[in-house]
Amino acid sequence: MIRFDSVTKTYPDGTVAVDELSLTAPSGKITVLVGPSGCGKTTSLRMINRMIEPTSGRIWIDDRDHSTTSPTELRRGIGYVIQHAGLFPHRTIVDNVATVPLLLGKNKREARAKALELLERVGLPASFAKRYPAQLSGGQQQRVGVARALAADPPVMLMDEPFSAVDPVVREQLQNEFLRLQSELSKTIVFVTHDIDEAIKLGDQVAVMRVGGKLAQLATPADLLSNPVDDFVAGFVGRDRGYRALGFEAVPGLQLDPETTVLMGSDVSAAAAVARDGWVLVVDEHGWPQGWLAVGDDATRASLQITPPLLHRGGTVAAVNGTFRSVLDAALSSPTGRGVIVDEGRRFAGTITAANVVRLLEQQQAAHSQTISVPTVPVQAVPVQGATPR
Amino acid sequence: MTATSTAGAASSSPWHFWAYFTAHRHQDLSWLWDHVWLSALPVVIGLAIALPLGWLASRYKWIYPPMLSLMGLLYTIPSIALFVIIPPLLGLKALDPIQVPIALTVYSVALLVRVVADGLGSVPEDVLQAATAMGFGRVQRLVKVELPIAVPVIAAGLRVATVSNVSIVAVAGTIGLANLGQLFTTGFQLSTPTAYYPPIVLGIVLCVALALAFDGVIVTANRLLTPWRRAVQGR
Repeated sequence: MIRFDSVTKTYPDGTVAVDELSLTAPSGKITVLVGPSGCGKTTSLRMINRMIEPTSGRIWIDDRDHSTTSPTELRRGIGYVIQHAGLFPHRTIVDNVATVPLLLGKNKREARAKALELLERVGLPASFAKRYPAQLSGGQQQRVGVARALAADPPVMLMDEPFSAVDPVVREQLQNEFLRLQSELSKTIVFVTHDIDEAIKLGDQVAVMRVGGKLAQLATPADLLSNPVDDFVAGFVGRDRGYRALGFEAVPGLQLDPETTVLMGSDVSAAAAVARDGWVLVVDEHGWPQGWLAVGDDATRASLQITPPLLHRGGTVAAVNGTFRSVLDAALSSPTGRGVIVDEGRRFAGTITAANVVRLLEQQQAAHSQTISVPTVPVQAVPVQGATPR
Repeated sequence: MTATSTAGAASSSPWHFWAYFTAHRHQDLSWLWDHVWLSALPVVIGLAIALPLGWLASRYKWIYPPMLSLMGLLYTIPSIALFVIIPPLLGLKALDPIQVPIALTVYSVALLVRVVADGLGSVPEDVLQAATAMGFGRVQRLVKVELPIAVPVIAAGLRVATVSNVSIVAVAGTIGLANLGQLFTTGFQLSTPTAYYPPIVLGIVLCVALALAFDGVIVTANRLLTPWRRAVQGR
């Protein structure tokens, strides 16, 4: 647990970077500090490992005033990940990861063995061990950065915009893997970002800060979307709050409509025979949906075999245990209005229309409003084939 | 008679420096050795002095401009003037050989302070931050992270300093100190009434060879110390 107790940081020129900040980052959870630049989120983070000393107030780590530990000793017990990873260019990947264990006096062989294990854990092949950082892509470097922070198995991790410098596709991968790792390791994490979507995706709780270093709101992501305390938080959380709030809960009692499918490679004429409203869903030999085929009156196509270029590719696919948001999106993005739902094995399970999703949503909300004070459980937005929500 | 005059003509040709060398091998090798340590030692001492000064200049930004101006000034003092001033300043006798490395150390420091400061300044900010956050102490960080990363920049500066020392040492030869510079004085003295080139050419050849050898040593050491740079270039 990390506890800020009325912490203020004032610089000699009078700038107040952090103003009377009090908040608790609970053990084993991810606390995200989010806000515009100049809101003091990074300053707050760096005060935890004494890279910046508070002007007043105290910071407690597990009921111990952190200023009673020497800065170097304190830092060796806290993992730290930064934006561009900050790997040592002159050291091999394995030695980069082994840095803190070696600082703590572990012997070299043990430290390297542990480092290799961690590389695997963050999804890098062992063949990377002997390479140098400049030989890796940005995303790979960032994985090494996470492995390095984990090397001494610190209970606390500080992360300063760790995924901001990579492209959106890699960022999403890293975020998902970070959540997977955290579900295995349960570290106490303070995570800084300027990206509200990242905060909502990753945080167990989110602290929104405003310029001048004041805490605007501390809440679970779902709470933040449904009950922003003021205009600043509402504006920062952004548009589509109602829609995005649907990304936290799985659809209960999902009822699917059956749909006749055809196999990729069969004749278009065969597909036309089973089509509904002029569309038929095409699956591959695993039963995985491939896309919708429009079967018109065009006689010249009747004799063709179904190939991927003929298919409509725009629709998203949701999992049977998916959130309201993913299921609704599948329905809305489908050219037929029938959203494609798959099971755990990514096989086609059935379809659902937007109207039916909304009906389930209304039933759910009616049930909620009957119970008094339902605590909102922090849940993660889950990717299509992801695990069950926490 | 004919044979002698042919030999005499041939031996004054610039290309007969090798014959001159074999004839005066003992003297020439002794001058070469003097030249080696006179130009190498000041670089070593200069680096030892430049490291803390360069660190100061990179650590405290306000020191950098005045420090660099001062070093520039030192470097503009003509070497011959320095050779004349140093003995009375330090209470040495007029042609004490120690004055040469002292003067050259001044030049080496003048060149290397900037190089050390810029080398340390070339370490990326996020690397420094990560090192601090992982629990490196200030000295530990300097020795294990900053200096190794600054090696290529410092090595480039060492090459310039060493080569320029080889040439400045020769100037000290002209005022009578023992080193390859003496070959130029000898050549000059033997050039009356007609020009006599072999010792001059020999001096040039040995100086250039020495400079190349020093350069090779530094380049090799740099390569051995920075395998990480090759790994990137070989990609």
